[in-house]
Amino acid sequence: MSLILEGVSKVMNGQTHIHPTDLTLQSGTMNVLLGPTSSGKTSLMRLMAGLDVPNTGKVIWDGNDVTGMRVQDRGVAMVYQQFINYPSMTVYDNIASPMRLLKQSADQIDTAVRKAADLMQLSPYLDRKPLELSGGQQQRCALARALVKDAGLVLLDEPLANLDYKLREELRAEIPKIFEEAGSIFVYATTEPEEALLLGGNTATIWEGRITQFDKTPIVYRQPVDATTARVFSDPPMNFINVQKTGSDLDFGDGQSVSTASGAFAGLADGNYIAGFRPNHLKLEKETSSALSFTGKLMVTEITGSETFVHIDHHGENWVGLVHGVKNLEIGADLNVYLDQSHVYIFAQDGTSVAPASYATAA
Amino acid sequence: MAKITLDNLAHSYLPNPKSEDDFALKELNHDWVDGEAYALLGASGCGKSTLLNIISGLLHPSQGRILFNDKDVTMAPTTERNIAQVFQFPVVYDTMTVRENLAFPLRNRGADPAYIKERVQQIAAMIGMEDTLNRKARGLTADAKQKISLGRGMVREDVNALLFDEPLTVIDPHMKWELRTQLKSLHHQFGHTMIYVTHDQTEALTFADKVVVMYDGRVVQMGTPQELFEKPAHTFVGYFIGSPGMNVLDAEVKGDTAIIGGNQIALGAGFGSPKGKVELGVRPEFTSLSAGDAGLPVTIKRVEDVGRHKIVRADYQGTPINVLVGEGENISPDMNRVVFDTAGVNVYSDSWRVAPQAA
Repeated sequence: MSLILEGVSKVMNGQTHIHPTDLTLQSGTMNVLLGPTSSGKTSLMRLMAGLDVPNTGKVIWDGNDVTGMRVQDRGVAMVYQQFINYPSMTVYDNIASPMRLLKQSADQIDTAVRKAADLMQLSPYLDRKPLELSGGQQQRCALARALVKDAGLVLLDEPLANLDYKLREELRAEIPKIFEEAGSIFVYATTEPEEALLLGGNTATIWEGRITQFDKTPIVYRQPVDATTARVFSDPPMNFINVQKTGSDLDFGDGQSVSTASGAFAGLADGNYIAGFRPNHLKLEKETSSALSFTGKLMVTEITGSETFVHIDHHGENWVGLVHGVKNLEIGADLNVYLDQSHVYIFAQDGTSVAPASYATAA
Repeated sequence: MAKITLDNLAHSYLPNPKSEDDFALKELNHDWVDGEAYALLGASGCGKSTLLNIISGLLHPSQGRILFNDKDVTMAPTTERNIAQVFQFPVVYDTMTVRENLAFPLRNRGADPAYIKERVQQIAAMIGMEDTLNRKARGLTADAKQKISLGRGMVREDVNALLFDEPLTVIDPHMKWELRTQLKSLHHQFGHTMIYVTHDQTEALTFADKVVVMYDGRVVQMGTPQELFEKPAHTFVGYFIGSPGMNVLDAEVKGDTAIIGGNQIALGAGFGSPKGKVELGVRPEFTSLSAGDAGLPVTIKRVEDVGRHKIVRADYQGTPINVLVGEGENISPDMNRVVFDTAGVNVYSDSWRVAPQAA
């Protein structure tokens, strides 16, 4: 089974929420929609669910055109950021409610409810009302209800955003396991790159109503097709620097250059480009002899306990480095930083990737 | 700016608390040093907001005193405490312009107009809203409104303390970076006493000089991010800080060796014979996979690629052990043992850390 969007778009009040989009999702897959607030994640989910009708294009479910079919008539389950449960019903009845609507037998319902409650660690609370539960348990109740519905398409719209950090970490680890067993198409919207990586599966990066890339999550992360995708899928943000290719020389300024005679940057036409690199690839020691070396002014350091974020002003560009260990460095002083060539992505002036970092393609 | 003293402080929401369990905030004695940045970190219901509300004067404690620069303010209302507060959701006057919103606390106190103008400009530059100063707050995004709230919180230079209650919850991840960095450099510049409540460890650790970890109404540890990482005083701190948190394994400890599920490992230091329930705590950062004969035999359940490293989910006799492996490192199929770096092994007795004996 599959869900196919063909040229689907949505315009509301003269504003384009979703530009014409093609996307194919297969059963038994986890698909992450990753993008900042208002980038179109929820709009796209509403089109998938049938809560909104697209202005153009078709939605095809299991080979049938379901564009315009009401959400009630499709096998869709949705979980929102806000915990939505029936406050007057017990947890058991909350989880059972979609099955009761489908008039399933009491035995069937009981088996499914207990299995879902078990997976969501709600078994001891089945007789309680949702408001007697913690926030995490309330959201697990909503997730359990989505699960028993046995829907072909399950849409999760930032389901963990309102939960405590640690609880989020635990549920995030559980969710892919639970959904692998269920065999539906899962779509999960998030603003956080780390969440996308932890969920695995496939990721579609979204920016201003457009899917910029859709592929296996590690591929989108390591081989972004353009600078926008790289920016969306990087927390802390990716660092950028303007570079110039002349002859067999790629000039990074500061007297730093890379030969393009062979290797990853061979074949670049002469001209201006944007080089990008991730914070964790910026080093405070020269680990390879060919590493590029830059000097910037240290603005702020942030220590996480095991690592240090260094914020650097490099000729007016803000760079962030994430380095191992606790570094007590002098704020305001010049700091030397190093970057291995294999970690450099090259983008054209319009943002299109022209040379992915060689470390990413080597693996 | 002020030193803040918590003297014998405790709070119960019940009228006649009987046992310790009845207290949402258990007895606490502490000095918050003038000019330092603190984070109160813990899960929902741990007592961190109760403590913040006592400091701000929204709540009067059922026991003990609170002092600002040695002056008792326990019963003083918020308005007399001379503090600035920023909350989880933006508090902005919609009908006022951004400029008027930022100037409000200064105007209220009758500050000199020329000073107000200059100070508002400074703050606007910091929150990146110089271009929107003359527009009405109505219709701005939640992000922008929260930036105004943060700016207004910081506009006065003469406050005793700045209190933040989950201020970045509604902000997008990218903007979080910017605002947190700005708060940090502002603290560096002006040296305000800052207290920042959050459940997000990254925010707490990166923002604060000292992080106060709360659990079940109690402060379980107060320390620098490095101390919390390397020497968690309580297994809760080990679990709560770090992603994933510290691995905790039941063990028998005798001197400088531990026996875990029948396998013996060296501890690198002596611990005597700890009493009660004895556990080892080892962070995933101090744990590695090995193809050799040393360490604990494990089954690898799952490998998660999170970009800059991989999280290996291993199982040792039913106990999960998480291992961090670098981005470029390979995991070969014969790596079926987990080895601990002794520098990162902590011993716990009834959940509290046991200090190693001096060599």
